[in-house]
Amino acid sequence: MLIDWFTVGAQVLNFLILVWLMKRFLYKPILHAIDAREKRIASELADADAKRAEAQKDREEFQHKNAEFDRQRAALLNKATDEANAERQRLLDEARLAAETLRAKRQDTLMREYLNLNDEITRRTHEEVFAIARKTLTDLAGASLEESMSEAFTCRLRALSKETKERLANALKTSSEPALVRSAFDLTPDLQAAIQNAINESFSADIDVHFETKSAIIGGIELIANGRKIAWSIEDYLTALQKDVGELLKAPSAPQDPPVSPLNVKAGPRQESGTESATPEEVK
Amino acid sequence: MRLSPDEIIFWQDGFLKLNATIVFTWGLMLVLAIGAKLITRRLSMDLNRSRWQNLLEIVVTGIVTQIEGVGLNQPQKYLGFLGTLFLFVASASLCTVIPGYEPPTGSLSTTVALALCVLVAVPMFGIEEQGVGNYLKSYIEPTFIMLPFNIISEISRTLALAVRLFGNMMSGAMIVGILLSITPFIFPVVMTLLGLLTGLVQAYIFFILAAVYIAAATRVRKPTTKPIAEL
Repeated sequence: MLIDWFTVGAQVLNFLILVWLMKRFLYKPILHAIDAREKRIASELADADAKRAEAQKDREEFQHKNAEFDRQRAALLNKATDEANAERQRLLDEARLAAETLRAKRQDTLMREYLNLNDEITRRTHEEVFAIARKTLTDLAGASLEESMSEAFTCRLRALSKETKERLANALKTSSEPALVRSAFDLTPDLQAAIQNAINESFSADIDVHFETKSAIIGGIELIANGRKIAWSIEDYLTALQKDVGELLKAPSAPQDPPVSPLNVKAGPRQESGTESATPEEVK
Repeated sequence: MRLSPDEIIFWQDGFLKLNATIVFTWGLMLVLAIGAKLITRRLSMDLNRSRWQNLLEIVVTGIVTQIEGVGLNQPQKYLGFLGTLFLFVASASLCTVIPGYEPPTGSLSTTVALALCVLVAVPMFGIEEQGVGNYLKSYIEPTFIMLPFNIISEISRTLALAVRLFGNMMSGAMIVGILLSITPFIFPVVMTLLGLLTGLVQAYIFFILAAVYIAAATRVRKPTTKPIAEL
């Protein structure tokens, strides 16, 4: 008999024990190890995926920030460039304005110096002219001239208007001091008597007259009584002429060759003074 | 001529006996258990692992893959039984290269024991999966006339399992023994190598047939819809 039933039973038992042993020592640990490894690999893959996703996110964020930074930098650069251009333009304008102001001031100064020099030359010229005239007339003064002057004085005295005569007469009458007759040279007694007569006739009174010599009167005679004066002298003519010439010089002597500049158009002492002064035609 | 290691009896006390089949089976059990224990003692959960662990993992995952391939959806549930069947039969065959070794599977008692285990395990798994009623109903389908044929089929396939394995393993050992007596050494070596191949093939066949039987028993049958004409 090939089948031994005790052996069969024993082998069944052995097999069941072997099943248990294999489960205990082989399948469970191996499957556990495989599962653990798979879990670990899965977790590592998930971790790697998460890291990759995070890296991708970081990368996108970085790119976004980079783009934003570039944009801001470009904006700032543009703004800075614009500001620099504006500042440069402003500085250039300021510098131009300053240069133009300086040039205008210099132009003005030059114009003033030119005018001052011109005025000085004119003043010196007419002073010299009058000095020469005075000198000439002084040199020419003499007896015959004194007579002529006395005659001219008496003629003028007589030719006074009635009102003027009355005012002078009152002045002579009310004056406590004698009337004063000044002349550049000593008058001869004849000439003094002639003048005395002329005064007496003119004012119809016996006027006490005191004669005085004053060299400052270039050529002429003057009567002073109680603050009033009647005179005829070359000095008067010259003074009047000098006054006229002075007024003429004060007038805005338009520069014969004024330097033309834009600033002169804006403002200038020349124009300002010109508005205050009269033209030579007005003086005439 | 000795046909089975059962005939080598080391100790006997009435019905109890200790023959070569049991002793070599214990030996195989020891080797398998100790080997598994030694290798799995320092299991690495890491990516780096020892060669032995790799070997065991390849074996176990291979068995799992085969069970899945047969159609069992939860291979780990059947791994203990089917895997042990394969490992036991395969190791029993591989050890034939050891001089003086008699494969326990060369004993009809062992193969019958294994076949009986399959015979019991199949309905157990089937009942566990689909319930007693449904499992028993499968014997009378499509009609109750099939009941005796199904029972005969169960018995005959169990017998076939036992005899097929026994015949192959016994014949391999006997062929080597006969050739040793009539031919020089080279030819028996070749036949021994062939016997290794045959043993592994038989282990695979035993394992896969058991898996197929279990798969057939655990397959949940869909309720058959009767044709409208019969209503």
